[in-house]
Amino acid sequence: MGNLQVVYEVPKIYTGPNHYCPGCFHGIIHRVIAEILQEEGWDDISIGIAPVGCAVLAYDYIDIDWFEAPHGRACANATGIKWAWPDRLVFTYQGDGDAASIGFAETSYAAVRGVNITTIMVNNAVYGMTGGQMAPTTLVGMKTTTSPYGRDPKYAGYPVKMAEHIAQFEGTALSVRVSAFDPQHVLDMKKWIKKAFQYQMEGKGYTFIEVVSTCPTNWRMDPVKAAEFVKNEMIKVYPLGVYKDVGEEKKEG
Amino acid sequence: MPKKVRGVLTIREDLCKQCGLCVSVCPVHILDFSKTKINSKGYRPIELTDPDKCVGCAFCAMMCPEGVIDVYREIVEVAE
Repeated sequence: MGNLQVVYEVPKIYTGPNHYCPGCFHGIIHRVIAEILQEEGWDDISIGIAPVGCAVLAYDYIDIDWFEAPHGRACANATGIKWAWPDRLVFTYQGDGDAASIGFAETSYAAVRGVNITTIMVNNAVYGMTGGQMAPTTLVGMKTTTSPYGRDPKYAGYPVKMAEHIAQFEGTALSVRVSAFDPQHVLDMKKWIKKAFQYQMEGKGYTFIEVVSTCPTNWRMDPVKAAEFVKNEMIKVYPLGVYKDVGEEKKEG
Repeated sequence: MPKKVRGVLTIREDLCKQCGLCVSVCPVHILDFSKTKINSKGYRPIELTDPDKCVGCAFCAMMCPEGVIDVYREIVEVAE
């Protein structure tokens, strides 16, 4: 012993234990954010905006400054904080019910204004905290507690695709959809969240990361099957990829 | 004596929630739920069934939502 090389150590600012259900990707996403903030030394200057939803207690798990927003209003609060403290790293951590349903206008208008903030939206296709009701991002035909026969587009419409929606605004610097169902995609997610934070520190504009996630409890699956469901079903409706990247566009031009 | 790289895991058993994501991604299939231990949450924590086979790839640590696993590597000498 004594000659151990560190391959991976859990970041010190990720303080568990957390309250999430076993196998929930929230834990992975929290951990990745904590890794980035600790590696880059941004943990002293970052302010997170916690949403209403499963991640409402996020302030207990990453040891940075946090602000708790009313339901859906995370981007509005983040705008105020960023305007007051332009040198801080401000990011919102939201679910799909928060960012794509009640907070749709706030999220869209943060992109329209081009505020220098980052939104990390965790898309797991249901309202997890309240008991698995149908969300705007629920897949067509997917059974939830409020759509027991499956989502019928005739009455409930079609899934909202946030990464594509946010990419259309001029104020957006980066709009990406990533996932975390295997280690490779976790590394990919880390790369893009890091890039979003870098763009924010460089003042390039609004950055948006959508993470396709799982809800094993409300999908009635075990965590490994839920990860497979993301890989086989969710990705078809929510294709992973880069929808807007200001840096890349400049290189090509 | 030939040398090889071996992975060493630190497992915080009390944080484990038995989700099985690490078990599903282990390339050498040496992680499993403990058959003898139960942690303070009431779950069976993960353990290494064959520590010598660990390659230290850190896939398990990357997939762990709870931050249970730290991964280190050491160089050990193996008998021919």
